[in-house]
Amino acid sequence: MTTSHEPEKIPVTVLTGYLGAGKTTLLNRILTEPHGKRYAVVVNEFGEIGIDNELVVGADEEVFEMNNGCICCTVRGDLIRIIEGLMKRKGRFDAIIVETTGLADPAPVAQTFFVDEDVREAARLDAVVTVADAKWLAQRLRDAPEAKNQIAFADVIIINKTDLVSAAELREVEARIRAINPYASLHRAKKCDVPIADVLERRAFDLDRILDIEPDFLVAEDHDHDHDHHHEHDHGETRHHGLKHYHDEDMQSVAVRLEGDVDPAKFMPWINRVTQEQGANILRCKGIVAMKGDPNRFVFQGVHMMLDGDSQREWRKDEKRESKVVFIGRDLAEEDIRNGFLACAA
Amino acid sequence: MIDAPAAASLVQHASLFEAGAHVVLATFVDGAPALALADGFVLVGVPGQQKRVVVHPDAAILTAISDGKTLLTGGDDGRVVALRADGEPQEIADEKGRWIDALALHGKAYAWSAGKQVRARDETGIVKTWSAPSTARGLAFQPKGYRVAATHYNGATLWFPKVEGAPQTLEWKGAHLDATFSPDGRFLVTSMQENALHGWRLADSRNMRMTGYPAKSRSLSWSHDGQWLATSGADAAVVWPFRDKDGPMGKAPRECGVRQARVTRVAFHPKALVVAIGYADGAVLLCRLADAAEIPARDPGGGPVSALGWDAAGARLMFGQESGAAGLLTLPA
Repeated sequence: MTTSHEPEKIPVTVLTGYLGAGKTTLLNRILTEPHGKRYAVVVNEFGEIGIDNELVVGADEEVFEMNNGCICCTVRGDLIRIIEGLMKRKGRFDAIIVETTGLADPAPVAQTFFVDEDVREAARLDAVVTVADAKWLAQRLRDAPEAKNQIAFADVIIINKTDLVSAAELREVEARIRAINPYASLHRAKKCDVPIADVLERRAFDLDRILDIEPDFLVAEDHDHDHDHHHEHDHGETRHHGLKHYHDEDMQSVAVRLEGDVDPAKFMPWINRVTQEQGANILRCKGIVAMKGDPNRFVFQGVHMMLDGDSQREWRKDEKRESKVVFIGRDLAEEDIRNGFLACAA
Repeated sequence: MIDAPAAASLVQHASLFEAGAHVVLATFVDGAPALALADGFVLVGVPGQQKRVVVHPDAAILTAISDGKTLLTGGDDGRVVALRADGEPQEIADEKGRWIDALALHGKAYAWSAGKQVRARDETGIVKTWSAPSTARGLAFQPKGYRVAATHYNGATLWFPKVEGAPQTLEWKGAHLDATFSPDGRFLVTSMQENALHGWRLADSRNMRMTGYPAKSRSLSWSHDGQWLATSGADAAVVWPFRDKDGPMGKAPRECGVRQARVTRVAFHPKALVVAIGYADGAVLLCRLADAAEIPARDPGGGPVSALGWDAAGARLMFGQESGAAGLLTLPA
């Protein structure tokens, strides 16, 4: 993923969402829209796709543990095999879409792109797209840990079936999503009618594009420091909750900003320790770091215990050298993370 | 030539040509050069006089094997097809669009897998089915007797298609990919998702770990005397000794053809202890096991070598690349 500028790498979009949220609707939409692109589609149930696409591949979600002593290091064995097979037909498709089952954890899919060298060489994970049911998501977040994982993991969230809920209900479900994952780009849809450009070619796992998510970082910081800011304009319609801000009981995000430089001799052991010790709970992490004495920005991202980091472009003269890290996960030791990162100051 | 160190290069003895698609297998069928291609065709004949045989129309060949008489292909159309020098492609099986993941061949007996489903067809045409605990990525016939090894997650299973009763599972944690028996049938070796090979001595199911590879080892080739196993996955062909009763246990492998490029394919010469080695940079060279003497057969270029195959006499070597480039090396008499 550090070399994702190589044009020959095939982008892979992972489509998740709880049962009935509308994944297949979105998939059919992508396949029928006149975008001129050809997709290879990996599905779990044949027959649901209404489109006659020659490159529909049936998969059994086979999650394998890697023999490397890391308990959360799981990969999708079937996906490795399918990508190996698809690469023999290079030129017959432009991108791959992987539809997961409604109960699937997105982590093994994403980790496949970190762990398997052959997959990494041939393809790049573009984004995890989660379809959420506007009417039922709030309920699912209470009773289905899978649904919460899918929201927490997402780069793009489509709130589908918005026509079936009131404006107030919609804002409520958005607030619940934001409580878990303030960083994903959020789209409202009926019958998954979102522009395809909002779903595909997001480059969400591209280290070079961490730059592009900076506005989200900033929003997140604001959100963090000023709880009601995001919802001020909602006041009139949300009486029963007053301030419409939720704290999800077990899934949250932690964003920390540090003015000035970070000491690499402190930061590197710290980030490795945090992801090793809390990796089972950390679903996603990313960050931009100003390393002392380094003219380039250091960017990283991770899934559970897996980290991918690289020295990126130079800090611009008009840019303030500062460092930011974001973690999304379950029962995160927020104070530890915050203090640990701040202690890395140069 | 192979014993003549004077031969500095064989590059000029290789005729290069464009096969047109990712070369899945390079082999000879009754002496005729044959390339199984990912675009569903098999290219048969010497360069300049080649015939393109449609084997999987509008589909891809995902996997192929050959014993020098039969070329067996498995496609993403779910079909298994046998091709012999004397005739038309013969459909062996149709799994209704499910990808064929692995093949094995023993005379006129065939085995194939699609997902968890493993099937074996004996020489009389009787097909038996066994369901693996997870996708069967690799298949191999035991050299003697009608018995199939299938790899899967956490081990490999030995299955007698003609015998009722539970197959014997050899357990080892992790995902196992390709499978091969030693020619004497004493050992089963698998490649793994982790950059390692695993082996079992079948007499006592004793485990053998062959580790240290920087990449997956997906090409395995036995020497003609059965005493050596050449493997890909490092910046040299890693050749494990299987002479002794303990196989490679406690022994270091030999390294052949050390270069600054990853070995992607290996193929032992059918009569001499010489291994043909294909690299990720497109180079092909021959390496003599005794002294690691090397002779280039193809200069670097054209992307990873994806197929290598000798003819039965060991006089010609076919090679093919992911890019669709290919070549036929004829050793000087």
